[in-house]
Amino acid sequence: MHALANPARFLRIAKPATGWSLAIGLVLALAGIVGGLTLTPPDYLQGETVRILYVHVPAAWLGMAGWAGIAAAAVSQIVWRHPLAVVAGRAIAPCGATFTGICLVTGSIWGRPTWGTWWEWDGRLTSMLILFFLYLGYIALAAAEKERGGEGRIAAIFGLVGAINLPIIHYSVLWWRTLHQGQSISLSGSTIAPSILWPLPLTFFGFTLLFAAAVLMRMRGELARARVEARLRRSAAE
Amino acid sequence: MNPWPFVIAAYAVALLATAALLLASFESMRRAEADAESLRERK
Repeated sequence: MHALANPARFLRIAKPATGWSLAIGLVLALAGIVGGLTLTPPDYLQGETVRILYVHVPAAWLGMAGWAGIAAAAVSQIVWRHPLAVVAGRAIAPCGATFTGICLVTGSIWGRPTWGTWWEWDGRLTSMLILFFLYLGYIALAAAEKERGGEGRIAAIFGLVGAINLPIIHYSVLWWRTLHQGQSISLSGSTIAPSILWPLPLTFFGFTLLFAAAVLMRMRGELARARVEARLRRSAAE
Repeated sequence: MNPWPFVIAAYAVALLATAALLLASFESMRRAEADAESLRERK
């Protein structure tokens, strides 16, 4: 982490990494989507709607991973004053919000034919909706702090406090056994049939790389804008 | 109930939102880096 503390060194790595993440992410995601839509059999219970899992699960993972990234950036900022931490937090937030939104909408579309309802105030659905609102709050707070010329400490503290929601999302299906099914995939294995499961790692890593590419592009944009502002300030002072 | 409209709608939402995020991120980066570059060349 500290090796990347220098923005110039970070940019040397980020520039090629952006293109590679984008290209490999597109290939993996498209392969998983084509496989999931055309090559896997329908589920014996859910039928064809099980195919929504190939976009819904990666979106849920990225929504949660995004906030974990914001919390990690917040710790780096508060404890080590890492110069890229603020930039990383600001770059991750819209990406995490987008994938949390995708998770909520695709989950709702899945719910209608599977559960007979678009929405239910179930533990998992509600905690995921709270995560989406936390993202909106973080984006607004970070933008307001930036406008005032602040260091982004309030947004960082908000990012840390919001991380309390992550274990709540994870354990919600165990604590409140309502509508959302329990965990199907864990470190010890999966309860999903291999004939249905195989496209999921492709979309999982594909969308994760696309998420990484979007974060890198946003970080590069933020750093370029900071260079412009610094140069303009120097010119005004001369 | 025909499940395919739901499957298509879910994929459309996921793909369009991901494409929009990537395009917006790319455009924001491209514009910012072009501004920084033009300012550097002007010096």
